[in-house]
Amino acid sequence: MITETKPTTHEITVTVNGAEHSLEVEPRLLLVHLLREKLGLTGTHVGCDTTSCGACTVLVDGIPIKSCTHFAVQVDGREVKTVEGLKGAELHPIQVGFKEEHGLQCGFCTPGMMLVTSVLLEENPDPTEEEIRWALSGNICRCTGYQNIVKAVQWAAKNMRESA
Amino acid sequence: MYPASFDYFAPTTLDEALEILGRYDEGEAKVLAGGMSLIPVMKLRFAAPRALVDINRIGGLETLAEEGGQLRIGALVRHKTCEQSDLLKGKYGALGDAAPQISDPIVRNLGTVVGSLAHADPQGDWASVMLAVRAEVVARANGGERTIPIDELLQGPFTTSLEPNEIVTEVRVPDPGARAGGTYLKLERKVGDFATAGVAVHVSMSNGTVERAGIALTGVGPTNIRAEAAEQALAGQALDDAPIDAASRLAAEAAQPRTDVRGTEEYKRNAIRVLTARGLRKVKEEHS
Repeated sequence: MITETKPTTHEITVTVNGAEHSLEVEPRLLLVHLLREKLGLTGTHVGCDTTSCGACTVLVDGIPIKSCTHFAVQVDGREVKTVEGLKGAELHPIQVGFKEEHGLQCGFCTPGMMLVTSVLLEENPDPTEEEIRWALSGNICRCTGYQNIVKAVQWAAKNMRESA
Repeated sequence: MYPASFDYFAPTTLDEALEILGRYDEGEAKVLAGGMSLIPVMKLRFAAPRALVDINRIGGLETLAEEGGQLRIGALVRHKTCEQSDLLKGKYGALGDAAPQISDPIVRNLGTVVGSLAHADPQGDWASVMLAVRAEVVARANGGERTIPIDELLQGPFTTSLEPNEIVTEVRVPDPGARAGGTYLKLERKVGDFATAGVAVHVSMSNGTVERAGIALTGVGPTNIRAEAAEQALAGQALDDAPIDAASRLAAEAAQPRTDVRGTEEYKRNAIRVLTARGLRKVKEEHS
């Protein structure tokens, strides 16, 4: 039987927004804290801390997950994308859409909203309003009443289709 | 919030995972699949396992297929995969209708059907569905494998008949035949909330009458409840108004709801009656 109480740390290698990082982590370190505190990527927000609000959403191998409910050790060898990875040389059309349509007020939920939107528009470049609301139903916004978020996604979808 | 410290293992084979589980005393090591229930309870310090055995890197647990007269759902099949599956329609409609009602879209990307069953939250939706379709789970231990009918798996709130050294590798649903159908109806306050009340309905028809019915209830008792009297009331009957009304009343009687923030006992009991009737009428419409 195992008797030691001191947890072992793990060496992990993870690609975040295209850059590879090797880090030593305690198993209980949450992915959101790895991103914010070890890598300084504070665009990923801690909202409810209870798997309810979606503010901490990041993409792991292209799939939206809640980084407050994922351990950093779990992403060993995987690719993580945070809101900082959305922008290239210029703002991503989704970011421009949120700016143009006032899709944010306080901005706390915005990183999660935009990352989920990026996956939605990849799978479905021309979503209906219902499809947009359904896709974003795991992300809570307490400012906008969602109307302008929907418009921002529609703006981005339209512009991305036109430039495709 | 941080969970208590734990050791972490990410084995790549089931045998390795079982060997690691066996190294720990009873209940000290937990299996991590989607983590959508386990990680929150660890963060809240309701659970403080000494070790996590992460099964996400084990191959062969992602099967979602119909084979040899049964539907097989592997331990790493996510809710999202079920939501998008063409297989979970028609005779397996109770499963397909339940999938998009589990929590929210981001949780569905990671959470698993099997994990939900092993966690045995009485508010869990999948256990009701599996009761209605009379599923069984396959549990593997170092010594071998056994199948556990869903009724025997669920022992109480967050309590199953699984041994601490067992891993559920899949859930199996018997093929109910072509003339079968079902649905899952859930009353929730908002996306991502647990059910105020939920009802899974599954019916196999033969010559215009009910051959076998499965009805199970979510969120109205210490575990998911099979509404056995309601099931029996439908056997041999056509899905007409009178048998549907009788079964719905019996389902409401089988519920053991408690008044809480989601509603009063009376309200929840009535919700069970209404949802049962709606579910049965939906199945009837699909078969007429």
